[in-house]
Amino acid sequence: MAMKYIRRRLVHAAILLIAISILSFALLQLAPGDYFDAMRMNPLISAQTVNGLRTEYGLDRPLAVRYEHWLVSVLRGELGFSIAYNSPVGPLIWVRARNTLLLTCGATVLAWLLAIPVGTWSAKKRGTLADRACGVAMSTFLTIPDLLLYLCLLLLAVRTGWFPAGGMISPGASSLGFWSKAKDVALHLLLPCVGLALTITPMLVRHIRSALIDVLESRFIRAARANGISGTRVLFRYAWPVAANPLISLLGFSIGTMLSASVLVEVILSWPGLGPLLVEAIFARDVYVVIGVVMLSSVFLVAGNLFADLLLLANDPRIRVE
Amino acid sequence: MIARPHQPLLRVEHLGMNHVQRHGVTNARLIVQAFADVNLTIYPGTTVALVGESGAGKSSLARCLALLEKPAEGEFWFDGVNLLALYGRALFPMRRKIQMIFQDPTSALNPRLTAGEIIAEPLLIHGQGTKAQRREQALNVMQQVGLPRKCERKTALEFSGGQRQRLAIARALILEPKLLILDEALSSLDIANQKMILKLLTDIQAARSLTYLHISHDLRLVSRFAEVVAVMHGGKIVEQGLAANLFAEPQHPYTQELLAAMPSLESICQERFA
Repeated sequence: MAMKYIRRRLVHAAILLIAISILSFALLQLAPGDYFDAMRMNPLISAQTVNGLRTEYGLDRPLAVRYEHWLVSVLRGELGFSIAYNSPVGPLIWVRARNTLLLTCGATVLAWLLAIPVGTWSAKKRGTLADRACGVAMSTFLTIPDLLLYLCLLLLAVRTGWFPAGGMISPGASSLGFWSKAKDVALHLLLPCVGLALTITPMLVRHIRSALIDVLESRFIRAARANGISGTRVLFRYAWPVAANPLISLLGFSIGTMLSASVLVEVILSWPGLGPLLVEAIFARDVYVVIGVVMLSSVFLVAGNLFADLLLLANDPRIRVE
Repeated sequence: MIARPHQPLLRVEHLGMNHVQRHGVTNARLIVQAFADVNLTIYPGTTVALVGESGAGKSSLARCLALLEKPAEGEFWFDGVNLLALYGRALFPMRRKIQMIFQDPTSALNPRLTAGEIIAEPLLIHGQGTKAQRREQALNVMQQVGLPRKCERKTALEFSGGQRQRLAIARALILEPKLLILDEALSSLDIANQKMILKLLTDIQAARSLTYLHISHDLRLVSRFAEVVAVMHGGKIVEQGLAANLFAEPQHPYTQELLAAMPSLESICQERFA
């Protein structure tokens, strides 16, 4: 039954991704100009040369034909051709995507590891001074603009010198052994990861707190308390399993949106992920790179939600698959 | 007249409780009196009804008697033990003697557990028996309250309203309590289900010599089964006595008002269709 459900969801995901790709193509077509417009301004390059280049890269062909070519290249794993890098988009993106995944997965895990104990504690202490203080702290974090937070982290790195202020590996680190290299990457990862985690932790804490409070105030908890159950046991045997459903959906959502949230932190803290590549590609009108990144983040979003739905299916006996 | 043993099961004297509310912005304490100076004596094997309008403090009193909240003042004796002198673990063995059934069975049952697990849960909390023993006991109680054994693996939401209330009753019965507090336990059920659950409760009482404290706002319902009625108004018990006497000759003006506001079917028909 679950397999059937997964198959159906995968078919839905494929349809969704095709629709997104068509839309991205159409929207980028609507945007004025292309990669060679900058060349037109250069008096040393003749209009003929520019037109020749456009023909060579297929930019003069109709949208449908270009889309068809792109689809074929997707099947080959190339995802189109980057004019700026003069190489297929696929290999270009894979390395960056790996770095971004490292960052977003690390940040997601960190954010949840922070949010679960804080949210649970806050729900348990609801109404007390400690809970209110926690609420104020979370609201403060929520209102700090992400940009400011990342700039502060950058300042911290530059002023103290405790952390590298950008990049993913130190120069010369490639000659080190595996563990030293891993340590070097981890040190570089720390700041962007903490920054990204901090931007979503307050939101998670609030959701966890309110989901748990909803359950803790319900009658069946009262019935258990009348039997003398301990506070900790109420939390972990009763409240968490019941409160988990909306939180699992939130997990899927947080995985899906991490990729777009990471663009800013990657650009500011110079993490060589998809973010800087996307920004460059947009400015250069390197269409296929933009579409490639957009498609990849859509895959992330769809996969994150599918993952969450499968977790829900496993967690809750009430969810039945038709 | 009911023959009463000398030793009451429950005796509360001058019991009072306040709710402390906090102002959302200033965090100032706001004290609201839930009930005050409540005196109530319940003898074993009887059915006592506590009636009154919403906000009279009935449910707060019920929560206090179910050991869910500590009263601010007064005395609370149960089965010869002064419960207000006990704290934490010492109170733990007393909790099984008083069980409570809530108005809305849907929210009173853990949606994630199966019927068997829900009923066996109090045994688990009290650390009784092996898993197999608990299951066997749960199945027995299920049968007693009229739920088929094959429903063991269903979750609470797969039952109808009446069945859910049976499930809640089974959960309360499994610890073999002495006092069952029914906080508007019949209010959310339709007439037919009310009748069936009432019949079930009467049968169980006869079989186990249980004591019931029915909390209700429905005098008509109460008049069908209660032996003793206590009327609560504005956080105080204003009148209590044998049901027959109280219904025949209400003393307190509020009780009189309450009885006058309870229309019989004949009077309604006369008024509308005459």
